[in-house]
Amino acid sequence: MMDTRTITVSDGRAKIQVLESGRGPDLVFFHGAGGATQADPFLDALSRRFRVRAPLLPGYGESDGGDHFRTMLDITLLGLDILDALKVDNPLVVGHSMGGMLAAEMAALAANDIKRLALIAPAGLWLDAHPIPDVFALLPADYPPLLFHDVKLGEQLITAGVNLDDHDFLRAFLIQSSRQLGFAGKMLFPIPDRGLGERLYRIKAKTLLIWGDDDKLIKPVYAKTFREKLRNSDYVEIKNAGHMVTLEQPEAVIAALARLAA
Amino acid sequence: MKFTWFHLMPWPHLPDDFREKHRSVWVDIPSTLYDPVRGHTVYNDYLDQLEYADSLGFDAIGVNEHHQNGYGLMPSPNIMAAALARRSSKSALMVLGNSIALYNPPIRVAEEFAMLDVISGGRLCAGFPVGTSMDTNYCYGTVPALTREKYAEAHELIIKAWTQDGPFPFNGRYNKLRYVNCWPKPVQKPHPPIFVPGGGSIETWDFCLDHDYNYSYLSYSGYLRGRKLLDGYWERAAQKGKDDSPYRAGFAQIICVADTDAEAEKLYSEHASYFYNRCLHIYGGFADAPGYRTIKTLQANVLSQMTPTEAAKLPLTPWKELVEQRMVVAGSPETVRQQLEELIKGLRVGHLFCLFQIGNMPPEKVRYSTKLFAEKVMPKLKNIWADYAHDNRFWIKPLEKRAVPARLEEAAQ
Repeated sequence: MMDTRTITVSDGRAKIQVLESGRGPDLVFFHGAGGATQADPFLDALSRRFRVRAPLLPGYGESDGGDHFRTMLDITLLGLDILDALKVDNPLVVGHSMGGMLAAEMAALAANDIKRLALIAPAGLWLDAHPIPDVFALLPADYPPLLFHDVKLGEQLITAGVNLDDHDFLRAFLIQSSRQLGFAGKMLFPIPDRGLGERLYRIKAKTLLIWGDDDKLIKPVYAKTFREKLRNSDYVEIKNAGHMVTLEQPEAVIAALARLAA
Repeated sequence: MKFTWFHLMPWPHLPDDFREKHRSVWVDIPSTLYDPVRGHTVYNDYLDQLEYADSLGFDAIGVNEHHQNGYGLMPSPNIMAAALARRSSKSALMVLGNSIALYNPPIRVAEEFAMLDVISGGRLCAGFPVGTSMDTNYCYGTVPALTREKYAEAHELIIKAWTQDGPFPFNGRYNKLRYVNCWPKPVQKPHPPIFVPGGGSIETWDFCLDHDYNYSYLSYSGYLRGRKLLDGYWERAAQKGKDDSPYRAGFAQIICVADTDAEAEKLYSEHASYFYNRCLHIYGGFADAPGYRTIKTLQANVLSQMTPTEAAKLPLTPWKELVEQRMVVAGSPETVRQQLEELIKGLRVGHLFCLFQIGNMPPEKVRYSTKLFAEKVMPKLKNIWADYAHDNRFWIKPLEKRAVPARLEEAAQ
């Protein structure tokens, strides 16, 4: 179970819940569009090797103030404000999916401040030959087969306990989805490309790309395009994992991160 | 009481196995299902029907905006309204409306609506919907959580363009215009009456009440279900200390009139079935893009949210239930009159948007139902709100002397 605290950043505009735990090298983790909770098994495993801080973006958990942030630049500056407020020295900055897109944008903007970067199946680019499915037009049952290599595991983690025929549950589900994906939409809707490809050249950080070999949402072929645009990158492809490689093969992801931190 | 003869302009040739083969009538309906040669006849039939309604004395003829939609073939309602402006003479032109958050820049709406108002001699009712999530977000790509802010700014710009002398600069978040200068300006002063069709967002109630705009609830689920939502609206009006003029509110209703109740079923049930089964076959993933509804509206629980299981049952509803639940008001003139009186008084609405053409209903049936209504139903309901006859805030103020299109004048001689 992660500890939690709340910080106020961006001139008072955003209240940010930060999950933190563990000992070791400093690591700041930016979550994907699905968010993260105190009980997140990946963060839990990660905190056995790192001093982890995982800020939640507005709309996720107790974080709030999303109305003040509209564009990718707004949100990138929010990410950098969070990083400042966490007061960690030269952390390993890690982002998964949408969080990877955000971390890359931050590293492009603050190229001299972020020195080590890990992008796990990051969003942010678009290849016409490999369109990314529309995550804003999915029904709950569509998520496990799209996000997981092991669909059964995905069902256990995502749709277990979901009963959309229960009116109260449906309403609570819609409210949560509206808060979270409403904010995510500012980066990802309707096409998750806000021009990152034209900014990747700026990144000076040593960058590690991590992908599940069976990622059906953002296919591993995207890694190639990232690497063509990045100055200094490495690539690790993890077997038997989909887009949620962090949940399916956490130890392999953490081992790759540990090598980057070393 | 004001009656608008309202057209959705559905595509009447969706295949019998449409539900089985395709997931949605809206957004990703295959474009190969549209046939422009048949479409030529369809558009002209539909415009004929609207012109016919004008000749029968309806207060307004109405069109609306949808995109990539098999039951709504008017991506640009202004084109339809322009065609009607020259081919109708008395009815208001109810354009319900332009999704103003989608126009870039929204000054385009100020210009086109002003053109319509000038051509028609001040007969325009200007609709400003926020727009459905399907149209606004999925078809036109607006970021869901920014939709309402863009809408609010577009509204501010359009009203300023109509009411302030130009040119003037407008420094908005989404619109930076150095020279706002609306040519032409509308005939109606300070501007045409504004109608806001809503789907149940409570922010829209406050917006309408604060500006004295008409709020109209457009659903196809009938007045028994619409009651809860309009009760909420009137409650909010009372809280804000607003008067209770029924012209503040409107409602859309499918109406089918025949000689007898039995004849109505015989004539119209297949078309109701087409409408509910094929036209409303909308993929659940397109219902509300996350962030489109505000948390406040979701928490207020005013939307009659259906569970997936309930929604799956809905379209298969047989005629008897459609009529019992008043999703369709159908029957003899007397049956229809009784039910509509119940609707009008129960919901307290001064505007009824009457849908006579449903699904694949052919022109002769549309005319039959429309004529019976105009002759035997409408006159009996016309004076329901006689006490509010003086309230002209929510209606057109046309020029007294209006030009007559030359060819129509010749035809009349």
